[in-house]
Amino acid sequence: MHNDIILLGHGSGGKLSHQLLDDLIIPTLSGTALKDQNDAAVLAIPPGEGRLAFTTDSYVVDPLFFSGGNIGDLAINGTVNDLAMSGARPLAISVGLILEEGLPIADLKLILQSMRKAAKAADVAIVTGDTKVVPRGKADRIFINTAGIGIVEHGITLGGSQARAGDKVLINGTIGDHGMAILSRRENLEIEADICSDSAPLHDLVADILAAGGHSVHVLRDPTRGGVATTLKEIALQSQVEIILEEKHLPCRREVHGICRLLGLDPLYVANEGKLLCVVAENKAADVLHAMKKHPLGHQACFIGEIQGSNFGRVTLRTAIGGLRSVDMLTGEQLPRIC
Amino acid sequence: MPDGDYQNPEIARGYADSLQKRLAAHPTSITLMEVCGTHTMSIYQHGIRDLLPPNLRLVSGPGCPVCVTPVSTLDRAIALAQQKDILIATFGDMVRVPGSASSLLREQALGAHIQIVYSPLDALALARRNPQKHIVFLGIGFETTAPTVAATLVKAQDEGMDNFSVLCAHKTMPAAMAALTADANLTVDGYLCPAHVSAIIGADAYRFLAEERRIPCVITGFEPLDILQGIDMALAQILEERPRVDIQYQRFVTPAGNRLAQALLAKVFEPCDAEWRGLGTIVGSGLRLREEFASFDAEKIWPVAIPLSKESPACRCGDILKGLIQPGDCPLFARTCTPENPVGACMVSNEGTCAAAYRFGI
Repeated sequence: MHNDIILLGHGSGGKLSHQLLDDLIIPTLSGTALKDQNDAAVLAIPPGEGRLAFTTDSYVVDPLFFSGGNIGDLAINGTVNDLAMSGARPLAISVGLILEEGLPIADLKLILQSMRKAAKAADVAIVTGDTKVVPRGKADRIFINTAGIGIVEHGITLGGSQARAGDKVLINGTIGDHGMAILSRRENLEIEADICSDSAPLHDLVADILAAGGHSVHVLRDPTRGGVATTLKEIALQSQVEIILEEKHLPCRREVHGICRLLGLDPLYVANEGKLLCVVAENKAADVLHAMKKHPLGHQACFIGEIQGSNFGRVTLRTAIGGLRSVDMLTGEQLPRIC
Repeated sequence: MPDGDYQNPEIARGYADSLQKRLAAHPTSITLMEVCGTHTMSIYQHGIRDLLPPNLRLVSGPGCPVCVTPVSTLDRAIALAQQKDILIATFGDMVRVPGSASSLLREQALGAHIQIVYSPLDALALARRNPQKHIVFLGIGFETTAPTVAATLVKAQDEGMDNFSVLCAHKTMPAAMAALTADANLTVDGYLCPAHVSAIIGADAYRFLAEERRIPCVITGFEPLDILQGIDMALAQILEERPRVDIQYQRFVTPAGNRLAQALLAKVFEPCDAEWRGLGTIVGSGLRLREEFASFDAEKIWPVAIPLSKESPACRCGDILKGLIQPGDCPLFARTCTPENPVGACMVSNEGTCAAAYRFGI
């Protein structure tokens, strides 16, 4: 490659574009379907295996590189998780790259390598894609759009509206790690704390949960932007139930808790990228918890609350000192307080 | 997630039972005012009201620096943000507060240069990195934040910076508390005094309130057990009818306070009359830059014209800030005034009474 940064010509459709694809993007992301360079990937679906799940998401994170990952593996893991939360086994992913003129090729290479590694770990193929280059100032270095398809086996019906009174709410580990890893790397915030993003593919953990809980697993959701609070509020509204959370059971690293307190942020509203909330019928809750704890991404799994049938659409937190308060959705961005 | 040291449920229950017993036979209602936004947040966040006897009322005072910043200051900040050479650096929770016709967040969307910072030193660093821009730091807050602004200005002066200034709207707390006690409409029986402010100014700064105005004061920390203990201590003073200044938050607050910070404040600022949102002008309750720092005074070096500031006539933030009404008593609360679309400052700040009640209220 002649240059070390992305030029507008890399998006022109001409020689530079082909060089970028042939020398960097396709060899790094690999995959037979990508190599074919057709307009669409044609995929075989195993006969009689169930239904298709289809999702799309866009990734615009700043900083691009953070403790525990980068925008590339975040994009793959996020898409895998969106599929997994509907009970789907991921099958294939598309990748749309929007590159800003001036992006160092070295950064792009690192991001693509992380995408390949994440896709391999999730046993999913990157089968089709697109690359555009926009003039400097028209994007923030790199935006990634993904779409994913997966297969949902017969008999699995998960959804935010399936929570029932008596169900238990579980989480697979500590809250707020991703959001605080990002924030602690932001410009002007010199925080000496060892906080890693929890970015991880959850499809394997989901398979174990479904194997242990079967039809008794009613809702799976990954609490990404808006955090656990916003996701639970959505479930409460969709299912028209009340969720009672126990503050003393909410797992949160001391460092995350400490920085949140310093900045006036609430870990309940901070983003996660490797966590799932599982709403499961009481009779299977212990089995599901046991299965989660045996998985490497669930060894810190625990109960955090339960579903009640009254006060529809409400989430209530029983505080550590025994008081009660309401939990609402996030409004706008969480902003650091003045003092 | 709870912080075990200060959130022990058995100890909390012990305080709650003690308060219930002591007030069970009390014939009238007792009202305590917390004069700190972080207290307000903590009280709502930990569900503390839920543990109190029904005849013990907690009301929130003018303790949120964002809430008490007048519309005129915001209008001036917005007018400065509209100048092409200026970048406004501000703490995050100021950007959503509505001015007369816009907010900093809206101006940012329209192309103004606005940067959220975590300390005034970050704003100074911005000035160093952007010599072609003039950085105006929006200096709001009480005695807690004012010393860091003072230290930043001393540093800026030492470095000979000529593209950094402060739009100074700092306020001091004891004068506002005194003004509240002089309001005949208020029926506050005791103050939970702010913790961070008190760490700077010291407990002695409130002695005149206890000795001359006969109002019990307890300087209270932010943890749930701090607040419950502070309430218990205030109640003891009220029931004994012996007003004084007690320090519950002894791990950080002393009678004399932080002398170094006080010296910095005195070097950079001098007292002035200040306008408080909802409370009007309170004599001697503000801080302005001394003449020696005039070259860092954004108001002097960028004399922008601002239109006559106006607030929504239906907004009851003033009565909320005096503890005269609770958020639910305001006709706008949770109807036309929500965190997504705030009418008044009490709904916009994280630590505003209305925002806390909206977010955490049962």
